[in-house]
Amino acid sequence: MNWFTAFLGSSIGKKLLMALTGLGFCFFLFIHLIGNLTLYGGKNFFLSYVEHLHALGPVIIIAECGLLLFAVIHVTTGALLFIENWRARPVGYVMKKNAGGRTLGSATMPYTGFLILTFITIHLLNVHFVDLSQQTIFQVLQNIFAFFPYVVFYTLAVIIVAIHVSHGFWSLFQTLGANHPKYMPFIHGLGICFSLIIALGFGFIPAYIRFIV
Amino acid sequence: MTTKTINLTLKVWRQNRGEKKGKLKTYFAKNISGDMSFLEMIDVVNEDLTKNREEPIAFDHDCREGICGMCGAVINGRAHGHEKETTLCQLHMRHFSDGDTIVIEPWRSRAFPIIKDLIVDRSALDRIIQSGGYISVNTGGAPDANAIPIAREVAETAFNAAACIGCGACVAACPNASAMLFVSAKISHLALLPQGRIEAAKRAKAMVRQMDQLGFGNCSNETECEAECPKGISIINIARLNREFLKAELC
Repeated sequence: MNWFTAFLGSSIGKKLLMALTGLGFCFFLFIHLIGNLTLYGGKNFFLSYVEHLHALGPVIIIAECGLLLFAVIHVTTGALLFIENWRARPVGYVMKKNAGGRTLGSATMPYTGFLILTFITIHLLNVHFVDLSQQTIFQVLQNIFAFFPYVVFYTLAVIIVAIHVSHGFWSLFQTLGANHPKYMPFIHGLGICFSLIIALGFGFIPAYIRFIV
Repeated sequence: MTTKTINLTLKVWRQNRGEKKGKLKTYFAKNISGDMSFLEMIDVVNEDLTKNREEPIAFDHDCREGICGMCGAVINGRAHGHEKETTLCQLHMRHFSDGDTIVIEPWRSRAFPIIKDLIVDRSALDRIIQSGGYISVNTGGAPDANAIPIAREVAETAFNAAACIGCGACVAACPNASAMLFVSAKISHLALLPQGRIEAAKRAKAMVRQMDQLGFGNCSNETECEAECPKGISIINIARLNREFLKAELC
């Protein structure tokens, strides 16, 4: 296994870990969004979806364990890369300007990543690890989104996720070696569209629950 | 015909040999012709410094034709200055305006320690080449042009990668001080051609390992390297390096 640990410990190996786990999170975001879109179909439609989801039983537990493993790998590798990259330039420039390659997403990846981790922790405490014996998950959502500061926090978090994904999506293809003039513009466009869909799809949930339901 | 001249304020990084710290020092460049290159402008400033018994500004240079990769400095926050696909020696003073203040700093990376002023030790790039950036066969004399058939598109792609002059601007421009664009250019130009293909897997592993050991940062696909490369090396080469490395390790 020496070659395997040496491979994963190399700069490209670490990037591969980030790309594969990032791809997993993109899949999760997509599935999570499709599920949450049932909210726009009304309370009963959403609760029916939740019931069907929980009926999957062990599949859900396996998926959650997988996501937790992916999160541990993504966060620890990301933190390691951040420290290594910081150490690679001990003395910074007095004046440094971007040449046009950097984007808001690429320049803020470690910071948006940290903020997303904070958000996920709070989000899980608020909607996942809650007692559902006396209330439905829909009532939980109504309660948390009734608190306006949480709505602001949630909306900002969703925007931060979209910014993170705007760079992460095309970047994972580049890391996996998939970059060609024929299809890279499409992947770039798809990444931007995916980010916008995430921002809009998740971002309007609080407003929908507060003002329309 | 008289050429328009400009006066400039320079803030130049000065750091003595063997010292760990340096600082920006202000100089004035007067009556600079727009036809001068940036290095010729520093030559003029250095002549004045020498006349005044001051230490001239140390900077790397050789061919002054944009092909050797020796020159390079960060000019107002941009590697090789603000002109696209231009080395510092080919950056002409006509691109600056009278009264401009120009900040001149050396490449900054843990792998490129400063020797003096604007000169950095880029032997780390040489050590990456020594680890595998070659083919281990005697090539003999020049063969006939079509002795080994190579598709034109492949040859062009290889030549585009081979245009890398190893100046280190990619490392200087990268927010993480990564050398991935340099390594990917060398890997690409050899792996695409039949002579270099044979050792492609061994080369990819050796060069990436060496790059990692030398203290360069990790590529995070910021693409600043591509934007600043004076030879227009594309990050498509980095994707190819990733493929070559993955194939070498997993296949």
